[in-house]
Amino acid sequence: MARPLPPLFVLAGIGVVAGFFGALFGVGGGIVVVPLLVLAAGLGPKEATGTSLAVIVLTATFGVAVFAATDEVRWGDAAIVGIPALAGTVGGTWLQQRVSSRALVFLFAALLVAVAVRLFLS
Amino acid sequence: MIELLAAALLGIAAGVLSGMFGVGGGILFVPTLALVLGLSQLGAQATSLAAMIPVACLGAWRQHRYGNVRWRVALVVGLGSAGGVAAGAALAHGLSDDVLRRLFAGLLVVTAAHLVASELRS
Repeated sequence: MARPLPPLFVLAGIGVVAGFFGALFGVGGGIVVVPLLVLAAGLGPKEATGTSLAVIVLTATFGVAVFAATDEVRWGDAAIVGIPALAGTVGGTWLQQRVSSRALVFLFAALLVAVAVRLFLS
Repeated sequence: MIELLAAALLGIAAGVLSGMFGVGGGILFVPTLALVLGLSQLGAQATSLAAMIPVACLGAWRQHRYGNVRWRVALVVGLGSAGGVAAGAALAHGLSDDVLRRLFAGLLVVTAAHLVASELRS
């Protein structure tokens, strides 16, 4: 806790990028926040991943506030995917310690590409 | 009914992925909400942010127990994100749903490549 804080303007700048990315795509933006926390703010990789999750809580809350103002958030649908995801998160951490991640990474990457093609065509 | 079940299963999958790879649930929430539950791309993205809040809270709490969260860093980055959120949301509102969907498809491919690359490096 006693460690010095990275410069405030660096952190605020990372925040602006995170918020822009998150609100434009509806994602947490970990893919940009984690590397920025490592490269620009000097955090270790694990710290960056953990800290990025705490950032996402705030970013997503701001994003929801903005989109709820124009009535774009469908709360019931959010619950349909979000509540099962809570159980999945716990399962994922459990699974991580028991299966080879390489096969799963390739499977997941293939799934993402397939979804991308489907979205592109729809 | 089938749609609800499929959406819930994909929600679990999104949680598993975020638990295993630290990639937030949003990357799967958005296509699930759009393709399975029939939301517009913008509606899916807005709703994904709401679904993400409890998942990120749980993730941050778990990472906190491993000592991986730098709370003051997260607070400054998170507060800084408000400005970026406003800009990102304005841009998302300005783009047509088709353009937004294709940009998101591009993000999926980049995320897939990023996951594979970091797995091959480890």
